[in-house]
Amino acid sequence: MNQKKRSANKIYSKNELGQIQLLSPVIILVTVFSLVPLLRGIYLGFTDYRLGDAITFNGIDNYIQLFQDDFFWNSFRIGMVWTFIVTALQVGLGLGLALLLNTKVRFVSFYTILILIPWATPPIIRGILWRQMYEPNTGALNVLLTNAGIISAPVNWLSNFEYVIPAVIVAGVWGEISKAAIFLLAGLQTISADLYEASTIDGAGMWDQFRNITLPVLRPVLAAIISLTFMWNFNTFGIVWVLTQGGPGGMTRLPMLAAYEEGFKYGYIGYAAAIGNVMVIILSLMLFMYLRVQLRERNEA
Amino acid sequence: MKTMKASSQLWIHGLIILYLLFLIFPLVWVFASSLKSTQELYSGLPTLLPQHITFEHYRSVINGQQIFRSMWNSLIVGVVSTLLVVSIAVPSAYAMVRYRSPINNVILGWILLSQIFPVILVMIPLYVLLRYAGLTDSLNGLTLIYIVWSLPFVLWMMHGYVKSIPLELEEAAVMDGASRSQVIIKVLFPLLLPAIGASALFAFISAWNEFFFALVLMKSPALATLQVELARYTGMEGQSRTGPLAAASVIATIPSMLVFIMMRKWFTTGLVSGALKG
Repeated sequence: MNQKKRSANKIYSKNELGQIQLLSPVIILVTVFSLVPLLRGIYLGFTDYRLGDAITFNGIDNYIQLFQDDFFWNSFRIGMVWTFIVTALQVGLGLGLALLLNTKVRFVSFYTILILIPWATPPIIRGILWRQMYEPNTGALNVLLTNAGIISAPVNWLSNFEYVIPAVIVAGVWGEISKAAIFLLAGLQTISADLYEASTIDGAGMWDQFRNITLPVLRPVLAAIISLTFMWNFNTFGIVWVLTQGGPGGMTRLPMLAAYEEGFKYGYIGYAAAIGNVMVIILSLMLFMYLRVQLRERNEA
Repeated sequence: MKTMKASSQLWIHGLIILYLLFLIFPLVWVFASSLKSTQELYSGLPTLLPQHITFEHYRSVINGQQIFRSMWNSLIVGVVSTLLVVSIAVPSAYAMVRYRSPINNVILGWILLSQIFPVILVMIPLYVLLRYAGLTDSLNGLTLIYIVWSLPFVLWMMHGYVKSIPLELEEAAVMDGASRSQVIIKVLFPLLLPAIGASALFAFISAWNEFFFALVLMKSPALATLQVELARYTGMEGQSRTGPLAAASVIATIPSMLVFIMMRKWFTTGLVSGALKG
């Protein structure tokens, strides 16, 4: 490592100006179109800004209002339900699929190609696919259930208060299982087969192997995937937009949909930014707690 | 692994096929719908496979002005933003790997941190900024957003790839009297070509699939991207469009499907080794 560093300096003297020149497009683009807007967005969350009006700082008024706003609480409640259930199902089912694919039975590469396709489907198309599955009169689900004699009259899954949340969650999990499975499979493939062979000789069963070999090695990858998917799921927008637009009666209005409505439908930019700020704080807190537990477990192990 | 019993092999295949039934069925259903005639779609007793295969919906999508134009818009925005983001990211990644300075950590830290912020926070001021510049409701504005949006990930990918190229190769070329630009063009570029290809595909697909920015920025119907156009169809006209919508969905999924299949090796190896090396 040290030798490498020295030889690098032999070719190119440590020229920081040259580096900044090469990096300047990135620095400019990120600063102008990402960093500054983000800081400004955070600031707008403390103003009563409406598009076209003057911007007035109003301290924590937005947050006091949010605290009393049912619209906001409903949206965060469903946001939490959605995020926890989709993440758990996605990672759990993805891990199961990854373990199956890692057994290296025949046709695995063929299976892998098929499994990639839902992940490759754009979020909007995922919504369209599932709308056609749930369609009351001609949709696949009602046809199957009617033929099986489970239901006698067609169910309108996406406008029924009882079924809409599970229906949207199934559609959300569908496109995301492959992603978790493929990432976890890559993690599993870093585990050397010798470890398993040695433990088989020692008489360990499959469950022991999973607990004592697979899980410890997989832990960092698993923690990374859980944190990332948690963030992505909390910020979901497109698929739910197509499936229900947040309805019926706001039952599936995830936080991003609520912020979009406030900001771009009603024009309450400041209030929408405040929702964004609360989302960041909640996400950061959850990730912080989760990663702290992870670190403690790793230190104890 | 070689000594696995035949019965447990059967179990594993069975379980994988169960997963596949769930994962593939909606796609098969909609693909079949796209090939059914309109009468058959509304006959009341749908079957999985079409009774008579027809391409009428594909024809109506391709002849129908709106969807075809929105596809063209998506293609233009995707290709231009991909070309630009790659030509920005490659020299930058090179600069980050070959020079050691605190800026590198700032940039890598930013890439990770930017994941936690919901797009709504960035979108609001960006929208105001673009409106000042006259770039809302314009394909140029959307292209710009997509460049900035896919830059972190493309930079991250390229950073990993450049890092994996041994410095000795460059040293040897310098010993032979090559200048730095010659080293980059003649030595590095050919080695990086597959990586550049992979990053480019990724950038293209994230633009092609993107919905939120396009929904907020593009107001005139003539400028809608494919995703926005398709979302609009589900909202207003609902089920009268099952056939064309199914055909358009199939067409819209093909580019990313091809990219994912081409890149599956990268997903199973490159991604994790890159992430673990950090």
